[in-house]
Amino acid sequence: MLIPNGANVTKVTEEIKCTDYICANMKYFLHMEWIYNAWPWYVGGPLVALIMLALIYLGKSFGFSSNFRTMCAMAGAGKSCSFFDFDWRTQRWNLLFLLGSIVGGYVSVHYLSDNQVPAISTETIAQLKSMNFESAGATFVPTEIYGDMSLSNVLLLIVGGLLIGFGTRYAGGCTSGHAISGLSDLQLPSLIAVIGFFIGGLLMVHGLFPLIF
Amino acid sequence: MRQLVFIVLGVLFGVVMYKAEAASWFRIYEMFNFQSFHMYGFMGSALAVGIVGVQWMKRSAKNVDGERVAVAPKQKSITRYLVGGIFFGLGWALVGACPGPMFVLLGAGVLPMLIVIVSALFGTFIYGVLKDKLPH
Repeated sequence: MLIPNGANVTKVTEEIKCTDYICANMKYFLHMEWIYNAWPWYVGGPLVALIMLALIYLGKSFGFSSNFRTMCAMAGAGKSCSFFDFDWRTQRWNLLFLLGSIVGGYVSVHYLSDNQVPAISTETIAQLKSMNFESAGATFVPTEIYGDMSLSNVLLLIVGGLLIGFGTRYAGGCTSGHAISGLSDLQLPSLIAVIGFFIGGLLMVHGLFPLIF
Repeated sequence: MRQLVFIVLGVLFGVVMYKAEAASWFRIYEMFNFQSFHMYGFMGSALAVGIVGVQWMKRSAKNVDGERVAVAPKQKSITRYLVGGIFFGLGWALVGACPGPMFVLLGAGVLPMLIVIVSALFGTFIYGVLKDKLPH
């Protein structure tokens, strides 16, 4: 490009600088950096509560595990078992919510983060490394469980799924239905369920993990 | 139209669970080892907003259909909540995901979650079959 005199050169550089400046500011004002980083608990927790309140406002309730029952009913389990003999279409809204959550996971990974790795405590990392979890502090979920589908991992995932599917229905809800909705409504049954969740979780991590890993 | 709102709320839920890391196996493990405040802060702040919001809505708000806001009361029992809860807690700590995050992680590309989801469906079916024989 032919530049006739020095004054224009200054003008061109100023323009570039100005554009960069605007760009940086727009990024700042749109809080893009903030979105890309891990969201702190005091952002995540209240947002989940607002989602629950929005569902209540829409005349529904926040309970994710009911979807398993609905899906069983959709698959025709109602023919052999009365527990699944209901019109699953009344639960369509929750299936749409479920569909949205899958999209949310996709969007988070592809558009809202750059290989997000949870900043777990150094103590936790050291403890996991001593159990041969080399991916601790390096990935979002452990590659030792989700990375390769060895027979033992498949078995682990099947057992975990069975416990969750059976347990949530027996307890009448999971973390969303009891720990968030039920406790927000100050319901005693939900407090008992949450105590149960913790007994089970502590038993697994402290009693069974040493035998499994 | 309202259908779309449910999808949008679901997307928001998925993003929050991923970005605030409540869907990470590592965060759940850390929580059950009491080595970080993160998950406790997450649940605590959700409850702080949730309790105030639900109590306010029950007292002075109507829902979108103009009806009084109500949260269905849960059946009175100890056994089913405690025993069912323990079963769920065992599975939650093992796979590091409760039902919501299972689907969030599936969308995030953790395909082995499909195994967990299918067996959770089967676990739910087993409960349905055994329901009348179990203490509630």
